[in-house]
Amino acid sequence: MAGPADRVEACLQPTDEVLAGARPSDEVKAGVRPPGEREVDRREFLEQALKAGLGVPILLGVIRIQDLVAGDAGQEGYEPGEHYYGMGVDVGRCIGCGMCAQACKTENDVPLEPHYFNTWIERYVIQTDGAVVVDSPNGGMDGFPGAQSEGEIQRTFFVPKLCNHCEDAPCVQVCPVGATFTTEDGVVLVDEEYCIGCSYCIQACPYGARWFHPEKHVAAKCTFCYHRLVEGLVPACVEVCPTGARVFGEVEHRATPLARFMRLNEIQVLKPHLNTKPRVYYANLDGEVR
Amino acid sequence: MPQQVPRLAVLFAVLVVGFVVARESLVPDTFGDVGHYRAAAVTSIAAREKSYAGHRECADCHDEIAEQRLASHHSGVACEVCHGPGAAHSEYPDEVELPAPRERGFCPLCHRYDPSRPTGFPQIEPVAHNPLEPCMSCHDPHAPEPPEVPEECGACHGQISRLKTVSHHVTLDCTTCHATEEQHKITPRLVRPGKPVDRGFCGTCHDEDADSQADIPRIDLATHGEDYQCWQCHYPHYPETG
Repeated sequence: MAGPADRVEACLQPTDEVLAGARPSDEVKAGVRPPGEREVDRREFLEQALKAGLGVPILLGVIRIQDLVAGDAGQEGYEPGEHYYGMGVDVGRCIGCGMCAQACKTENDVPLEPHYFNTWIERYVIQTDGAVVVDSPNGGMDGFPGAQSEGEIQRTFFVPKLCNHCEDAPCVQVCPVGATFTTEDGVVLVDEEYCIGCSYCIQACPYGARWFHPEKHVAAKCTFCYHRLVEGLVPACVEVCPTGARVFGEVEHRATPLARFMRLNEIQVLKPHLNTKPRVYYANLDGEVR
Repeated sequence: MPQQVPRLAVLFAVLVVGFVVARESLVPDTFGDVGHYRAAAVTSIAAREKSYAGHRECADCHDEIAEQRLASHHSGVACEVCHGPGAAHSEYPDEVELPAPRERGFCPLCHRYDPSRPTGFPQIEPVAHNPLEPCMSCHDPHAPEPPEVPEECGACHGQISRLKTVSHHVTLDCTTCHATEEQHKITPRLVRPGKPVDRGFCGTCHDEDADSQADIPRIDLATHGEDYQCWQCHYPHYPETG
């Protein structure tokens, strides 16, 4: 690791150059200019001086006072670098009971009104005429009363949705202040204190997984129940899923439920063409699911 | 030393100090410690209160019920699915009590028939299935085996039995085609029902020479469909679609 002293030395170099450049012009004044030495006029000198004047504080600014004061933040006994999380969703097991959507709202203090969801369930009905009808009454929280019967049903199923915690997350890329970010353990979070509420990330998310908090006036989203992960628990939606349609665990270790899920199923992700590299992996996903 | 050097040095110093001061005051604490974000945000998100305690914590006290549940068909249904968030109860067991839903409306949240639910998931029609009787009078939610094995296959295979009732195969019993041991009704996944294995089985009714009712559609088993098995084109539970 480069120490602050190295950087300071590097910063000083341009100033030396400026000083070296200044000497010949002095000699011009005195009328004693060594042969072959380049003449530096006032304009050039000022240009160089200005460049150096801008460069020094930028380089100095890299050295933060906090960097010099050693300090380590973090949860006791929890090493984010040792984990890398993902979720598996088996569409073939989802019964659309809505327990996950309810539990998520309770666990994460999400407003109860519709349209605010970290996770929700969509019902897909594919008719024999090829029409695809997707609905999600109140996010599936109250179940799905009354199957649609406008056309003849060819196949129908439920699809749980949530933030995909993308490896290359568009929401993280567009945040102008660095209030949304990916943690070391692979969870995309929002810094509520630092978010300026510009909503840019909400528009950037291709999965519609973000929403604007009506009281806090910041962007909000699924956290994979980060406060549970640090305690070694699974997210609330996984805890209450009665059929095991949701599986949670480490992506890279072999002996986790998620790794087994990914070995035994054909895995797909949502909107793979966007190259967001989601870490929510779907099994038994129908081709009509967007 | 030329006089512009000390002047510029002062200018540099002002710029440098100004930049450092501006940066210190504008960039929040812990920003950039780990990545392009405030490291303290992760700590504060990690410190949020949880509402769901997790089924392992329930088992610390309610070990007998947990054991019973883990041996049953509800082994995958965590305690808090029915009893609701239990972190407060786990912390103050005497002050906070958790609800135990006993009314008839609760179980159908999962077990009401819905065509979008996966085939084989046990589903009932609440209107027709022992109306007005609370589910718990027959089924123990911690070990939900029915008191007597269901007479109808449709108790679990709702989707198939519904489809069959509107098809020409409505008069056929499921056991006409599926040889089913009694044990299948008790341990459904361990003892599976049989399925027809060749064309000849359908031929016992549908072949030209078959000894069956006159109005049953006939084909010449030797030439019709060539190398295919019947159910590769005709869905036996609703053969009209074939």
